[in-house]
Amino acid sequence: MAVTKKISLLILAIVIVLFAVSWIAKTGTFEDTGMPLGLSVRDGFLVTFAAFLTLSIFSFLYKDNPYYKFAEHLFVGVSAAYWMCVGFWSTFVGNFIPKVSEGLSNFFEVPYKGFDVFYFIPLILGIMLLLRMSSKIGWISRWSLAFIVGTTAGLNLIRYMRSDFISQVSNTFVPLVVDWQGFGAFFSDLSLNASGQLIMTMSNWVIFIGVFCGIIYFFFSKEHSGFFGGASKVGIWVLMVTFGASFGYTVMGRVSLLVGRLTFLFHDWLGLIN
Amino acid sequence: MSNLGLIISLLIIGAGLLWLLIRSLQGKEVERRIIFLFIGLAVSVPLLFNITFSEKATPIVKALYDKIDNLPEGSNILLSFDYGPTMAPEVQPMSDVLIRHVLAKNHHLFLMGLWATGQSLGAEAVDRIIKGDFPEKIDGIDFVNIGYKAGNQGVLNVIVTDFRKLYATDVGGRDLDSLPIFNGIKSLKDMDLLISVGGGFPGVKEWVQFAGDPGNVPTGGGSAAVSAPLLYPYYPRQMLGLMGGIKGAAEYESEFKRHYERFKDMPEPGVKMMGPQTLAHLVIMAFIVIGNLSYFFGKKGKQS
Amino acid sequence: MKRKIPVLITFVVGSVLILSVFFPPIETWGEDFSIFFDIIAVFAFFLGGGNLLRIHTKKAIKRQKDWGFSIVTVLGFIIMLIAGLFKVWNDGGIAGDVAAPGSLFQMMYNWIFTPLGATMYALLAFFVASASYRAFRAKNVGATILLVASFIILLGRTPLGTYVTGWIPKSLSIFNIPDLAIWIMTAPNLAGQRAIMIGIALGVVSMSLRLILGVERTYLGVDNE
Repeated sequence: MAVTKKISLLILAIVIVLFAVSWIAKTGTFEDTGMPLGLSVRDGFLVTFAAFLTLSIFSFLYKDNPYYKFAEHLFVGVSAAYWMCVGFWSTFVGNFIPKVSEGLSNFFEVPYKGFDVFYFIPLILGIMLLLRMSSKIGWISRWSLAFIVGTTAGLNLIRYMRSDFISQVSNTFVPLVVDWQGFGAFFSDLSLNASGQLIMTMSNWVIFIGVFCGIIYFFFSKEHSGFFGGASKVGIWVLMVTFGASFGYTVMGRVSLLVGRLTFLFHDWLGLIN
Repeated sequence: MSNLGLIISLLIIGAGLLWLLIRSLQGKEVERRIIFLFIGLAVSVPLLFNITFSEKATPIVKALYDKIDNLPEGSNILLSFDYGPTMAPEVQPMSDVLIRHVLAKNHHLFLMGLWATGQSLGAEAVDRIIKGDFPEKIDGIDFVNIGYKAGNQGVLNVIVTDFRKLYATDVGGRDLDSLPIFNGIKSLKDMDLLISVGGGFPGVKEWVQFAGDPGNVPTGGGSAAVSAPLLYPYYPRQMLGLMGGIKGAAEYESEFKRHYERFKDMPEPGVKMMGPQTLAHLVIMAFIVIGNLSYFFGKKGKQS
Repeated sequence: MKRKIPVLITFVVGSVLILSVFFPPIETWGEDFSIFFDIIAVFAFFLGGGNLLRIHTKKAIKRQKDWGFSIVTVLGFIIMLIAGLFKVWNDGGIAGDVAAPGSLFQMMYNWIFTPLGATMYALLAFFVASASYRAFRAKNVGATILLVASFIILLGRTPLGTYVTGWIPKSLSIFNIPDLAIWIMTAPNLAGQRAIMIGIALGVVSMSLRLILGVERTYLGVDNE
């Protein structure tokens, strides 16, 4: 236990020393570019602190540790406050105040749009939502939740029906023979050219059959046997290709984020790359 | 430097993978921290050696590029920052090159965000790109940042019929009616193109569902790679083009640089990231192959 | 009262939003409800922030496990809140953009929020690599198809694919890996994603109807009395 505590203190001492060295070095780097001393000290600290936070998160890959916990807890606090502030200024001050009070509109320097008594509805519902924090009268927040749920359900029903159902079904009815110019033209140009007629035709067949079989797979009210079972199997294969493509893209996405952070460390902090 | 770096990277990674293969076939446990170290090296080494490759735009990216390029000068294009710092390394290159392209074509650029972080990103883009590369462009005439409003798809439901019901001012507090860029603009239906750059909720999908389709406005997008496959059903009738992941950004940057001599020295973060990306993909594929070989042919696999 | 009125609110609001699409005279009601939703959403942010403050303050006062880190959370929250609400170091004053360059708020966003958020997600790259080595096994036909598709995408979405198969003539260009990757995305992937999308859309429509008609009430929680 004493040994562990000694090691922890040693690591803390090393971190503090490295932080100080980095801060001084970055301040010098910024000063060399002609920046005033005050701003150089500030920016030197900010870059060093950001690098410290980045490395603290990465330290989790070795094992959970106090530096990671510090960074994680800081992130939680800062992000909650960020959303509150932006929401307050953009929507509360931007949309609510101009509709309820000329005095407050002048104070916040936003254009007054005329009094609208209906805007007290979201104010009352919003206050009700805040009462959720009370165990005794928290039930009243259900009214606000009901409004939120009703709005979301109402909006989503029509939009999902139009964009994700009707349009998708309509777009699936694709020509199963593309750019037909006769048997002669088709067989004379028979090739596996990616943008050629044969591949385009095959693509449309795959789309049509793939969608059809994929939907059959998700129909669980009938036993998957016989023709239905065969179509369901084709549907699974199409879905496996879909998931494989998603995995490939997911890898690409995650690696990009890592490259981004390493770019910050190597370029902004250590100056190793241009 | 780039070729030498590529050879050194491949040698280091190749040697490591060979060691991993032998160890796996012998049935010995490989600690996950070794795997982490591998992937860290696979990304760091090409980054340090500045390995880059040339890119060519695929049809889905070219469609978006061509749309912006072929619109008549002075068209109204809206760009929505629908991402936060968690996705920024991947999609920020997209928004950067789109801003450059739109302003290089002398279109009107409207910036907004459905994410709270979009407000900061828009401000930062104005400061870094517009003031840096386009000092002649005037805020309120050539471009405007109207910022963020809470409400996700609820915001789109309102502004598809009337901007001013939700946005009275821009982020600087100026009345929209006082800005020349907003002359004749009532709603999203007056836009010639809507572009959403993001990858979470709300994102490109919500722009198609709540703005593009109901308002019948051409919609394009830039999406994080994780969300890009989910958007393909909308292509090409509901979404005319899409940049998917950092590859999409790299393709667009290459296409833009090829046609706009003025920007031949512009930073290409998308293209630069493809070097480490390529080697990381190679390592991941090798991991899958090694894992399967050890499962089917390794000592442990044979025993089971 | 505790359950009947919320169900009625959901019904009225949901119905207005649906009908506003079909009846232009009540289109403005739909827009107004959307704006009210936006304003209530801000109160939800306040609720989240307030709850966070309450939990971590209680933890720090009672000296529960990791109480020291709760102080970090509370301090970070309060400093960011002050920076944002009072627009500290903001050149534009009270009317200026809260995220104006040079403001304390934007500085904290750039140098604390961004590095932390981005790095949290960057960790996933390591875990994806570990999963690729340990978990991805071609145990059956479906898994093999998945792996082959992912290989083609991983290769095709990088310049490596072009170098490996760029020599293939145009008449056989579907075997050119980047072209094959594009074909996979625009044909089988599109088909699978569309099937999933249609299924989800039907689910959303049916759930929305259940919520609006009051059949689904789980969002109201459980009464303790």
